[in-house]
Amino acid sequence: MMIELLTILGSTVLVNNFVLVQFLGLCPFMGVSNKLETAIGMASATTFVLTLASVCSYLVYTYILEPLSLEYLKTISFILVIAVVVQFAKMFIEKASPLLYRVLGVFLPLITTNCAVLGVALLNTTKSHSFLQSMIYGFGAALGFSLVLILFSAMRERLTVADVPAPFKGAAIAMITAGFMSLAFMGFAGLISLS
Amino acid sequence: MGLINASSPHTHHQRNTADMMQLVIIATTPGFVALSYLFGWGTLINVIIAAIATLASEAFVLKLRNRRVAFYLKDNSALVTAVLLGLALPPYAPWWIVVIGAATAIILAKQLYGGMGLNPFNPAMIAYVVLLISFPIEMTRWISPVNLNTDGQLPSLIETLSAVFNHSSIIDAYTGATPLDVFKNHSGLLVEQIHHQEPLFNHSVFVSVGWEWINLAFLAGGLFLLQQRIFTWHAPVSMLVALTLMSILFYDSGSSTSGGTPLMHLLSGGTMLGAFFIVTDPVSSAVSNKGRIIYGAGIGILIYIIRVWGNYPDAVAFAVLLMNFAAPFIDYYTLPRTYGHTKAESATRRKD
Repeated sequence: MMIELLTILGSTVLVNNFVLVQFLGLCPFMGVSNKLETAIGMASATTFVLTLASVCSYLVYTYILEPLSLEYLKTISFILVIAVVVQFAKMFIEKASPLLYRVLGVFLPLITTNCAVLGVALLNTTKSHSFLQSMIYGFGAALGFSLVLILFSAMRERLTVADVPAPFKGAAIAMITAGFMSLAFMGFAGLISLS
Repeated sequence: MGLINASSPHTHHQRNTADMMQLVIIATTPGFVALSYLFGWGTLINVIIAAIATLASEAFVLKLRNRRVAFYLKDNSALVTAVLLGLALPPYAPWWIVVIGAATAIILAKQLYGGMGLNPFNPAMIAYVVLLISFPIEMTRWISPVNLNTDGQLPSLIETLSAVFNHSSIIDAYTGATPLDVFKNHSGLLVEQIHHQEPLFNHSVFVSVGWEWINLAFLAGGLFLLQQRIFTWHAPVSMLVALTLMSILFYDSGSSTSGGTPLMHLLSGGTMLGAFFIVTDPVSSAVSNKGRIIYGAGIGILIYIIRVWGNYPDAVAFAVLLMNFAAPFIDYYTLPRTYGHTKAESATRRKD
């Protein structure tokens, strides 16, 4: 049981990294990686939301959609669940820690449009994960996202001062760098084989 | 009285980039000789093709950017990339593999980031990984070291040229597994049984035929560079220590799931070439001494993980790229203390 959960965690963080191997959540990956501080804020907010959304969508799917045989509504209901979780997270952080709320600013509502969040919810149903597995899967996906986002933002801060040829300045060289990082992550292939 | 009043520091000779790069190229000589002795002409031809292709790509981009072509070509950095790539690629690889690799290294991994000193990834390792993922068959075809072939035969120069330029299948008669390949594909044998059965191991002086000498030769070249103060000891030593610790930890007393002996990990594959010529790259590694220790240790650990549990038999290139990727972040948290200050100020808490 423990081993299985650790396997899921390791496979989502490194081997099947959501950003660099499955190419989900690229918009915040490119959009919020300009500065290290904002990247760290975004990473922690996404971790919170992704884990919670993964669990909530599992509950909605198992206890509402499946008994009513409404599985075909899962995409639209997951979007609703994610929006609710993001809104809840926003209200909660605003009350609990106004400072963190101000630091995160616009990035908090932006998590709703992060396709990795919806991707995790949908993959949980196709892989028929249990409650605990869904939670670990969401948490692992968020950890992998955070790792890559934070490392990438440190690298991008360095790229801004590099003498990049004019046509490749900004997003173009960032995309090429992300491609190289994706190549490097292919080295993890086969580390953990999920049945 | 011709006394010269010179102010400090009293250095007599300042080493410029071109001299430094030249020393690195000279230091690869023992490794190059060992590779050529064991595998024949292939390495020399790899290096020559790579040198022509890197210089051509560098000149092409510099021309496009209206930079002074001759000035930048003379800093020898493209040649270092060519030599490292030529040594890392399997001998007798088709010529287009080497050309694609050289062009990738110079154009994509180096010049797009602004040229020398600005590339976040090691160009030779980017080229190696791109080739390994795109052309896995050509990139994993190594020939057996000379003393294992019948009558100590190696492909002649003519055979070599026809294999490189004409795709002749002559080389297939000479192909053999590398020590790491053998360990990757051993099924349920104890380490001792493998060492006993495989000619690659039981004919060896230390651990594996041929590869031990290649690695010792690169070690000698690396120690020469260390003595010349081209780099500090931190990154290579911490990488080798981390790799040794990992292989001792998971040696598993030589059982059938063991990753192999620590000596085998140190003296096979690209360990020494990586430790002294790739990990020490001043541009793509971490900057401070503390940062370099973390950087090197990360590479050592990742090499072991990918070698033993991953899909690829050797992992130096992947591990180096992954830590290149982490290097700016390591730098962020290992800022050295500035002279006159009591404690290093954390970069994240700096007030703007």
